[in-house]
Amino acid sequence: MERTGERGAYSSFRRKNIFSQIWNKQRRARFTLVEVSEQHTFDNLALPLLDQLYNFAHWLTQDRTEAEDLVQETYAKALRGFDLFRPGTNFRAWMYKILRNTFLTSRTGMRAAMDQFDEEKADTILPPVTTTPETLLVDKTNRELLQQALGELPVTFREVVLLADVEEMSYLEIAETLAIPPGTVMSRLSRARAALRQLVRKKLEGAA
Amino acid sequence: MNCDLARADLELYLDGELAPERARELEGHMRSCPECAGEVLRSVQWKRAVRAAGSAHRPSAEFRERMTRRAGAKAPRFSWGWSWGLVGVSLLLLAVMGLAVVRRQQERLVAEHLLSEAADLHVATLASATPVDVVSSDRHTVKPWFQGKIPFSFNLPELGGSDFSLVGGRMAYLRQAPGAELIFQIRKHQISVFIFQEQALQDGLSLWNGTSHRLAFSTDTWAQGGLRYIVVGDASGADIAALSRLLKAAG
Repeated sequence: MERTGERGAYSSFRRKNIFSQIWNKQRRARFTLVEVSEQHTFDNLALPLLDQLYNFAHWLTQDRTEAEDLVQETYAKALRGFDLFRPGTNFRAWMYKILRNTFLTSRTGMRAAMDQFDEEKADTILPPVTTTPETLLVDKTNRELLQQALGELPVTFREVVLLADVEEMSYLEIAETLAIPPGTVMSRLSRARAALRQLVRKKLEGAA
Repeated sequence: MNCDLARADLELYLDGELAPERARELEGHMRSCPECAGEVLRSVQWKRAVRAAGSAHRPSAEFRERMTRRAGAKAPRFSWGWSWGLVGVSLLLLAVMGLAVVRRQQERLVAEHLLSEAADLHVATLASATPVDVVSSDRHTVKPWFQGKIPFSFNLPELGGSDFSLVGGRMAYLRQAPGAELIFQIRKHQISVFIFQEQALQDGLSLWNGTSHRLAFSTDTWAQGGLRYIVVGDASGADIAALSRLLKAAG
């Protein structure tokens, strides 16, 4: 009798404990929800990124309407998944990641991904070019030429150059955005820049 | 550090990814090597050119507006904290409204009770062998008669030019409070006007003003200058109202 009584007391204690755990969990969840909704509303975080996300989307799709659709879909997806975003982690990288994934699953994106560079073969195709085409730098009218070259770059190279040189993301942010190891960022970026330089050089020679 | 090593580190250096001690070594080399310094300069300019070319695309004003509007129009995120607050506020509002209704009902009951008492007093006066203690149609006789009998003073209206005539006055008690009862007459109808101190009635009528028709009597009541006036009579509502106007003007 005594034992069952003890057990009863124990189980009621456990029950209480479990309830208080659940209660605390709910309170914590509510607390973080309040924190998120008050300090980091989705709009507060996402709207300032509109211009740069659009720019990136336009470079990926190479078309204004498609870029607008892509940005709009990205925002809709991000808003739906905002609960999954952990405060304190990189929101910008998170948004770029969603945009990029959305693009890659679109028809244009899949087509673009088809003709992407094979990273293993890239070195044999492109001899490393480290010296910069100086002539381009003085002549500002050549900006258009550089833009053309960027547009002709395979998507895999184009995006990494844009993230590094236009968005000025750190290698770690780029790794997060592209879902690749940080070491790969370094080599891919190096190859992408070399490819861009070579394209510009070719264009300059062709124009001359 | 030789030139080959420096060139190898240059990209990382310009991307701000080179370890601090390596960066210091590289800077030391560049100070002593004009060729490498020139390469750094060209690379910086190149990076800047790529940045400028790469920021070519801007959203149209129309698209930016559309996105901003969409964001602004979104429904606020559901939160239990809010809804509980709303439930609380609604309950509170309901409670306050309920209380107000109950209070008003109670006040109405008290007021009607007082009016009924006044009507009773009026009937008693009419049935009395000596309806009035001071018989006079002269207000200058009636008013001084009350002095020392009631703890307040009041003004009697000028009845000249109206169909009303003053019959007289007597002491009256309502809720153990002493007051004046004045009897007026119009076309054979007698009308009692009770005057009490407002506070002596324990605010029973404080929020209750206006005319009513109960027990075939017309009544009118209002507060003026700290006094509560109750007019009771079997005359028409119009006559009661006319007398009320005269009293209000005098009060």
